[in-house]
Amino acid sequence: MRLGLVLGEAFNGLRRNASMVVSVVLVTFISLTFVGVAILLQTQIQSMKSYWYDRSQVAIYFCSSVDETGNCVQAAATDEEIAAVQAQLQAEPLVTYVERTEYLSPQQVYDTTRELYADNPIANFLTPDLLGGIIRVTLYDPSDADVVVESISGFAGVQSVEDQRAYLEPIFALLGAASAAAIGVAVLMLVAAVLLIATTIRLSAFSRRRELGIMRLVGASNRFIETPFVLEGVFASLIGSLMAGGAVIAIVQFFVTGTLADAVGGSALLVGVSDAVAVAPILVGIGVVLAALSASIAIRRYLKV
Amino acid sequence: MIRFESVSKSYVGATRPALNDVSLEIGKGEFVFLVGASGSGKSSLLRLVLKEEKPTKGQIFVLGQKLSALPSRKVPYFRRSLGVVFQDFRLLPNKSVYDNVAFTLQVIGKSRGFIQEAVPDALKTVGLAGKANRMPHELSGGEQQRVAIARAVVNKPAILLADEPTGNLDPVTSQGIMALLERINLGGTTVIMATHEAGIVDRMQRRVVELMTGHIVRDERVGGYVTQAVPTIDIDEARA
Repeated sequence: MRLGLVLGEAFNGLRRNASMVVSVVLVTFISLTFVGVAILLQTQIQSMKSYWYDRSQVAIYFCSSVDETGNCVQAAATDEEIAAVQAQLQAEPLVTYVERTEYLSPQQVYDTTRELYADNPIANFLTPDLLGGIIRVTLYDPSDADVVVESISGFAGVQSVEDQRAYLEPIFALLGAASAAAIGVAVLMLVAAVLLIATTIRLSAFSRRRELGIMRLVGASNRFIETPFVLEGVFASLIGSLMAGGAVIAIVQFFVTGTLADAVGGSALLVGVSDAVAVAPILVGIGVVLAALSASIAIRRYLKV
Repeated sequence: MIRFESVSKSYVGATRPALNDVSLEIGKGEFVFLVGASGSGKSSLLRLVLKEEKPTKGQIFVLGQKLSALPSRKVPYFRRSLGVVFQDFRLLPNKSVYDNVAFTLQVIGKSRGFIQEAVPDALKTVGLAGKANRMPHELSGGEQQRVAIARAVVNKPAILLADEPTGNLDPVTSQGIMALLERINLGGTTVIMATHEAGIVDRMQRRVVELMTGHIVRDERVGGYVTQAVPTIDIDEARA
């Protein structure tokens, strides 16, 4: 009886304010879609970071007989020099940062390079004595790379020490900026959505102020007066957030696992539909909670006794 | 039943208080007329009883409740034991007579069975048993006020407040409304009615409380609109 009456009142409000309700639906839809995209971008960045940082290393390049840069003097690094660097890596304090090391001799570097550039005629001019050896260092925490770079760079026979993570930074910076932009737009749109819901509810309450006055006069409880309006706001925003959830899933399905995966060859590293499905309930939750809050604050003025 | 203890009410920005040190006691089953010119404080007094306003000074007790101690979330439940009727009826124009009366009971959560019993009963009391399905705009002013009274008494309130209920009605219709209020009063409901109409007050010969610029200047057990007795306080002093 009572539930039916409350639902009936809420439905009446939605019907009378149809155009405002449609705008609430659209604004929540757009804003929550941006929220969803921002969350997915963050997920993407995290998964790429953990994948690449696991594989990225610090590379120590030794001198070849032709090098003049770094500490090189046109002489290949001697075995003693290489052993000195390896000893340094396995002694305190570096040993606490270093997970493992791998030495590639000039011959091994030559073989790998020939393999990688088999189709390139210039590779035919390469001989092992033009190349120096390389020590690949894997760290427990990739952000400690600076320590290794600083303590090894000065060693004799070392041409250069490179933190390979540096190659990835611009990509993550770009993705981070995109994510921040999406969050910024999402926040602005959410503010607009909250204000629009509040305005819609006030309008709805104003058009029913006669009923509200009589309800208050005969002693309807505040909760009874308030609930239809809150339901009205929640219902409109629920539709919008369901649409946003659907849109996020569709974006991932058609754009990421479709087009983008083809372009980069393989989708192992990309966010998948399962991530999008996990994000959808978050969007619905945000939409419903924000709508309920803004509607109940908006209606409060009509509840003063 | 209702007790005012030195109650004053000042509205923000007003030069003088709407009610000034009013003390008043109204017992169970009484029929009280509040008379006085516009702005004398009649409506303020009724609004204070309803707890639509808070007094600036003094204490008000209604139905054994100290209103200043009543938390605002309990005010709706307190109001369920009061009925209110206005000069402008305040019916819902898009609901039928039956639904207007039933609405009161629906919003306070009465069962469907109770509503189906109580609404026809209330409509019969006010003499509108045959017009349950009419819309408010199809009724005369007197009939609309009867609907409003049915709505006010359908929940069997202990107190009925009426703010100039005959203000928009012709004398003959007004008489019908007064007969109805009298009958409700005989059923044990305390009735407090603010009015300007001398004829009604003179004919009924009930308790009369006269307000002037926020003061009670007369409180007669049995009286007319204009007193034959000496004023209880100096009117010039009250005006000052």
